[in-house]
Amino acid sequence: MSQIFASQRFRRTALQGGFLLGVVALIVSIIFVGKSNIADQGMATGFGFLEQTTGWPINFSIIEVTGRSTYARVLWAGLLNTMLVGFLTLIFATVLGLLLALMRVSSNTLMKLVGVSYVEVFRNVPVILQVFFWYAILTHLPSPKQAYSISEMFFLSNRGLMMPAPAISGSDVLSLLGALIAAGGFLWLSRERLSGLLRWAPAIGIVVLVFLITLFTGRAPDTGLISIPELKGLRFVGGVMLKPELTALLIGLTLFGASYIGEIIRGGLLSVDRGKLEAGSALGFSTFQINRLIRVPLAFRAMLPSLTNQYIWLMKGTTVGIAVGYPDYFAIVSTSINQSGQTMELLALLMGGFILINYSIGFLMNMLNDRIKLKGRS
Amino acid sequence: MINEALAPPLGASGPAAWLRKHFFSTWYDTAFSLIFAVLIYLALEAFIGWAFVNAIWRVENKHLCTHDAGACWAVIESRGRLILFGLYPYEEQWRSTLACLSVITTIALSCLPRFWSIRRLPILWVAGFATFVLLMRGGFAGLELVTSEKWGGLSLTIFIFSGVVVIGMPLAVLFALARRSSLPVIAKSFGFFIDIVRSLPLLTLLFAAAVVVPLLVPDWLQGNKLMRVVIAFAIFFAAYQAEIIRAGLQSTSQGQEEAAVALGMPYWSLVIDILLPQAFRNTLPSTINQAVITIKETSIVTIIGFFEVMASGNAAIGTGEWGNQYVEVYVFLALIYFVFVFGLSRYGAWLETRMRLGHA
Repeated sequence: MSQIFASQRFRRTALQGGFLLGVVALIVSIIFVGKSNIADQGMATGFGFLEQTTGWPINFSIIEVTGRSTYARVLWAGLLNTMLVGFLTLIFATVLGLLLALMRVSSNTLMKLVGVSYVEVFRNVPVILQVFFWYAILTHLPSPKQAYSISEMFFLSNRGLMMPAPAISGSDVLSLLGALIAAGGFLWLSRERLSGLLRWAPAIGIVVLVFLITLFTGRAPDTGLISIPELKGLRFVGGVMLKPELTALLIGLTLFGASYIGEIIRGGLLSVDRGKLEAGSALGFSTFQINRLIRVPLAFRAMLPSLTNQYIWLMKGTTVGIAVGYPDYFAIVSTSINQSGQTMELLALLMGGFILINYSIGFLMNMLNDRIKLKGRS
Repeated sequence: MINEALAPPLGASGPAAWLRKHFFSTWYDTAFSLIFAVLIYLALEAFIGWAFVNAIWRVENKHLCTHDAGACWAVIESRGRLILFGLYPYEEQWRSTLACLSVITTIALSCLPRFWSIRRLPILWVAGFATFVLLMRGGFAGLELVTSEKWGGLSLTIFIFSGVVVIGMPLAVLFALARRSSLPVIAKSFGFFIDIVRSLPLLTLLFAAAVVVPLLVPDWLQGNKLMRVVIAFAIFFAAYQAEIIRAGLQSTSQGQEEAAVALGMPYWSLVIDILLPQAFRNTLPSTINQAVITIKETSIVTIIGFFEVMASGNAAIGTGEWGNQYVEVYVFLALIYFVFVFGLSRYGAWLETRMRLGHA
């Protein structure tokens, strides 16, 4: 008997079995306590509430949402809002970060100084404080009547930034997008069979044709191609408006994210072995060729993993939007919990949504990484 | 001929060459230098004029604070205590100050290599944290009892940060060891748990701790809201820190572990005396970086309704009296965070260079 207890295998199995049993017991007891607590408070369970109407409006959405929309649609709008601000931030922050990195690796001392100061200031202050700051600045701007205007087309007031926008409907955008995808698909499929004009002409043709069709069909006779904002009474008519909530969140996250992304890109550029660059110039490459063919590809490979982490981090960082009232996914879920009381279901949807977004970014970036990494190494 | 040193090429040294290399190497370099010089000059002039030359410092001059004047630092004189201490009773705020100093001293001391041992560091942190809690809470030796609902401002931020580190660090060690365990069930479960926590935004975890946990655990286990949020934050911290420690554990050579097993050392002795000291030392820069991120992320708890320094700053400008001094208050808050974060991250960078050179 004592031999059994002393045996390594028995102890390992017992330990793991005990651990599993503990985890299961914990989960079961949580479910029991949760069920009785939820029943005590008279809350409903199940996902049936997704079909019910919410009864409350949200102040910004890229799809149409009213108080009569269902919970499912409002949650979807929230997820789209999160993705909108997330992807815009990723793009802007990457462009600004690239500029900062180039400034920091240049030999010009003044440019280096500006780059270093920027990174140290924006990286060392919490992002939520930066968002609050920009939001306060934007909401303290003058009212629409005294709005700052740039050539009577852009208006900056405490209601937001009004901009001219192409006067096209959602279905026009969709058909244009479809044409672009079709053209891209054609270029991809024909890459080994056709070349030159034969390959490019049909692709460009599709896009131009669809554009012309959307331009001339279904347009009311008086509306121009571009809708320009105009002050009518106390508010603006026409154009599109960037609300202060979205703008503040976008500026705050972009400036903060750029300081991190800039450092990652700089690290990547500096990680390229000097000898390879010198080999390039010994072979007679021009500076541009060295950068394009040697430096950038190698730097890109070195920085991609950190860049992926940073992108995921920025996506998660969009949740601070709730602090200034931007209706992102987290804010919508939190309001839904208050209004419907479906705590557990909504929390599961919240976590599921973020895991989905983050895993898709990770998946896309890993695919990119697999394509460019050194072959034959892990 | 070979041993003869050549003189440096003409024009490659001296101040003129230095200037040319760093400011005027090509025509567009010259253009950039001039543009940036003008921009830097304008920005500095505007900032110094606003923050110092035209600034209004005293509350009695508040009537001078107009839109065109410089910074109105009078708001800090008037609302500074609210920002630093929140709603903590006025006569007892010396305790809050001392408590904050005890944690700041703890942070400073743990930067000294003298304290980098697996026994001294935990004792130092637990002592610093306990001093903080005893001083803030009181209720003994004639000190008035001040419950955690009244804690606020910078002291609450420091409480959350130190609480997260004190609870999170042992958890991180546990997670890292469990993930590396040779028992597949335990390693897989902890790996899964760590990955899930890392893919969620901190805010969702804190929100769940504040709102959902009361539904799921019996009343006697709930504790107060602050406690639950600090623990959830600590778990989040531990999930990230565990990956750092795991990297440190992997960087110790396999031979050492085998040698310890061959000598018949018990598992805990192997972990405490051999693996952890090296793992911590090798990953010190990343650990400091994680601490820096944690300081910045404490500001997120303001969203779920805690009155830490970010929220008290917002409260300072929430009234009509100082409603227009938002820029001053936010700059002041930024400065508070900057001092902590910049100081720690510079220290981390210095340490990293030192370690690369083979010291430490």
